[in-house]
Amino acid sequence: MIETLRLTAEDAAGMLERGEVSAAELHGAYRAAINERDPELHAFLTTVDEVEGEGVPIAFKDLISTRGVETTAGSKILAGYEPVFDATVASRCKAAGLPLLGKTNMDEFAMGSSTENSGFGPTRNPWDPERVPGGSSGGSTTAVAAGLAPWALGSDTGGSIKQPAALCGVVGLRPTYGTVSRYGIVAFASSLDQIGPITKTVRDCALLYRIVSGRDPCDSTTVELPEPVELPGGEDLRGLKIGVPRELNETEGIEPGVSDRVNSALELAKELGAEIEECSLPRSVDFGLPCYYLIAPSEASSNLARYDGVRYGHRSAGDGDLRELYARTRDEGFGDEPKRRIMLGTYALSAGYYEAFYGQAQKVRTLIKQEHDALFERFDLLVSPTSPTVAFRLGERTQNPLAMYLSDVLTIPSNMAGLPGLSIPCGLSEGLPVGLQLIGPQFSENTLFRAGHALEKALGFDFVPERLR
Amino acid sequence: MKWEAVIGLEIHVHLKTRTKMFCRCAVGALDDPNTRTCPVCLAHPGTLPVPNKQAIEMTLRLGLALGCRVAERAIFHRKNYFYPDNPKGYQISQYDEPLCLNGRLRLPGPDGVAEVGITRAHLEEDAAKTLHVGGAEGRIRGATASLVDFNRAGTPLVEIVTEPDIRSAEQARRFLQVLRRTVVELGISDAEMEKGSLRFDVNVSVRPGGSDELRTRTELKNMNSFAFAARGIEREIERQIAIYESGGQVEQETLHFDPSREDAPPLRSKEEAQDYRYFPEPDLLPVEPLREWSLDELRATLPESPAARLERVLAAGVDLRDAEALNAEPERVSLFEALRDAGIEAKPAATFVLNDITRHEVDPARVNGAEVAKVLRDRDQIPREAFDAAVAASATDGFSAEEYLRERTVADASELDPVIDRILSENEQQVEAYRGGKEGLLGFFVGQVMRETQGKANPKAVNDRLREKLAK
Repeated sequence: MIETLRLTAEDAAGMLERGEVSAAELHGAYRAAINERDPELHAFLTTVDEVEGEGVPIAFKDLISTRGVETTAGSKILAGYEPVFDATVASRCKAAGLPLLGKTNMDEFAMGSSTENSGFGPTRNPWDPERVPGGSSGGSTTAVAAGLAPWALGSDTGGSIKQPAALCGVVGLRPTYGTVSRYGIVAFASSLDQIGPITKTVRDCALLYRIVSGRDPCDSTTVELPEPVELPGGEDLRGLKIGVPRELNETEGIEPGVSDRVNSALELAKELGAEIEECSLPRSVDFGLPCYYLIAPSEASSNLARYDGVRYGHRSAGDGDLRELYARTRDEGFGDEPKRRIMLGTYALSAGYYEAFYGQAQKVRTLIKQEHDALFERFDLLVSPTSPTVAFRLGERTQNPLAMYLSDVLTIPSNMAGLPGLSIPCGLSEGLPVGLQLIGPQFSENTLFRAGHALEKALGFDFVPERLR
Repeated sequence: MKWEAVIGLEIHVHLKTRTKMFCRCAVGALDDPNTRTCPVCLAHPGTLPVPNKQAIEMTLRLGLALGCRVAERAIFHRKNYFYPDNPKGYQISQYDEPLCLNGRLRLPGPDGVAEVGITRAHLEEDAAKTLHVGGAEGRIRGATASLVDFNRAGTPLVEIVTEPDIRSAEQARRFLQVLRRTVVELGISDAEMEKGSLRFDVNVSVRPGGSDELRTRTELKNMNSFAFAARGIEREIERQIAIYESGGQVEQETLHFDPSREDAPPLRSKEEAQDYRYFPEPDLLPVEPLREWSLDELRATLPESPAARLERVLAAGVDLRDAEALNAEPERVSLFEALRDAGIEAKPAATFVLNDITRHEVDPARVNGAEVAKVLRDRDQIPREAFDAAVAASATDGFSAEEYLRERTVADASELDPVIDRILSENEQQVEAYRGGKEGLLGFFVGQVMRETQGKANPKAVNDRLREKLAK
């Protein structure tokens, strides 16, 4: 019997390599874990029985197109939709021999921070099933935290990898915009969406990033990595200058327990040889969230226009003309959050409002980028909590969209700047994991891995949820 | 009051690329329905556009041919609207940063050259084709089902927008003609209206002559030929003038013509203030043509401008109709000009190219103009059969006028008169009869003269001389 809870992908690969276990057995062990624990957690929307490949199995967030395997993006409007092609990241995983375990739950079209907006019911946090796993990649982070998958892919638009990774006590990387192909990823906000790894360790994260990253001719916005991905090994932080932006660490709403854990991690970083200095991002935090909530819904309102019932997905039954078909199909197919954002975005792009809203938000986005760039002339990394709070209770924020939106207040600014961010667990507060966010300049993933790995070693966080140990 | 028409055109041209604008599907709008599709042009979730470089290059060449400035940085925008022919829910088009802008076309005409400003030439993708079945005449009203053929979806389309610089229906027709020649000769489009690879809309308004105001315009859509469009514009101009002269106001509206029934009055619709919510396409990077192309190298690939060629032919003194007919093939103009260089007058040179060369299905590009000009110059003196044989052979290798000129006939009166005089004196009875009214006998005399001269006499000259002498 293989115990999946503690098994890292790297260890699993070692077992495969040494012939201690077959790919099918490994896949079977995770399928058994899913059978055992997923009825409670609901991390998976679809599971796959066939074992395609000789490597370490993987789970995909359900917005990654998988040929012949249902891909819903958490929306009823795509219930039953089976893509006829693989997303580029899916083909790359296939080429690397990673068999698919299944597709994980998510907030509908990645719109949300708790996975409660899924059209197929919420996912529960493996540390406390009364709490949310975060979102929108909550299915993937839950799967990894609960040993239902050794690693997984998620997507991050405003914080959808980093925030649930933090809330589930796992590692999540939102890569530099343009380093991982979006081809085949059901789009939410094209200028922000990025696919990234969700893993138990930083080394696993680097391994998976190595597999999925790099230019894709099918995605014009991708680039080749300027340097190959390095597996981190060092255990010190000598020579690293870490900035601690006041606004990201002192914003209203950050729980004291979260601040404590982050401050302890910073102390540890200092002991490991890093230089730590306070700094400031005066505009990024104040303006990041409002601008994000203009740009992301605007792009979403356009990206979601294709779900019209004409070619695939849900189509409303009954008679009526074209307008009625559209209206009914979309009314029945979309949940409240996509509807809310479609309306927001449609409004923000309307003639007469475009300049004041979308146009202005794009200008502010440039300012946010410049503000970050300026800090990276002095610092190698910036550090903050990933999420202002630990995992919250199911239902706690569903009636208040604004409170839900604030879950991403610390992840959004660097996302708006297209920068990479790594979240690693840095301890517990009230028995729940706290995430540490490391932000670097464009293409600084190797630095993030190096720092993340050294901190991870020093922190010695046990990623197995206490109740499952 | 004297009224002046103000006309602007928006022309859409399908580019002749191998593949579609943003995917690798072969272009084939007319192939079996839905056989030229892929996840990208069907807008499956997660698919992304990749721009067709050949299409961008074609647009740049067109822009240069129209004297446009090529933008340093061009942006694709999303134009959002819901319709089944628009699978993504948005069309990828260009908005305020097109590839080519501020061009100018010198449009030659019988009254000189008019300058027509080209506002912009931009690149976009075509929509799918919808077919409404079960109703009358394929219209959506009364239809029981709508079918969509996505073959055309994503076909690269260049949109050319003119300034409102056109002043008459005839000028509009001529502009479209010249523009069509331009894209065809650039090799970037077949520009065939019947196949839908060239479509255009016309904006029409009128104003008091000499004023520079822009009054309310109407938009004419779906016209299926240049001549049809010219008639439609003509009628619209008259309609607007009549409205103003009776003290009314023209309303902004769109006139939808039925391309299958030219005589049907257009359907009118209020112009809805459609909000397309344009925004920059986040899935595509800005295009920076000057980084990827050398404009000088692109310019070097441009053929002669059909407008300039037309201008030259008109200047040579050919009437508009013939000039346009000549201009329809650059080889015709080359031959025409070779004939002119060899001293042939404009009218007979044009007639020769348009009638004789065409009738004999001779390739004008292969005709030795200088040589055939020799035959043409002595056309009157060469028997018709010999002339025709010369035309038919004029495109063959080593064609020489010599053997046909040897057939040259005698037309000179000093040579013909002695023969004619002798025949008239030998046939006094017939001469009497002719003068008595039996004019049919002319043929008899001609025959005699031809026999006497062993066919060398020029029939026309013989006819003329005989009539003259018999009339005395």
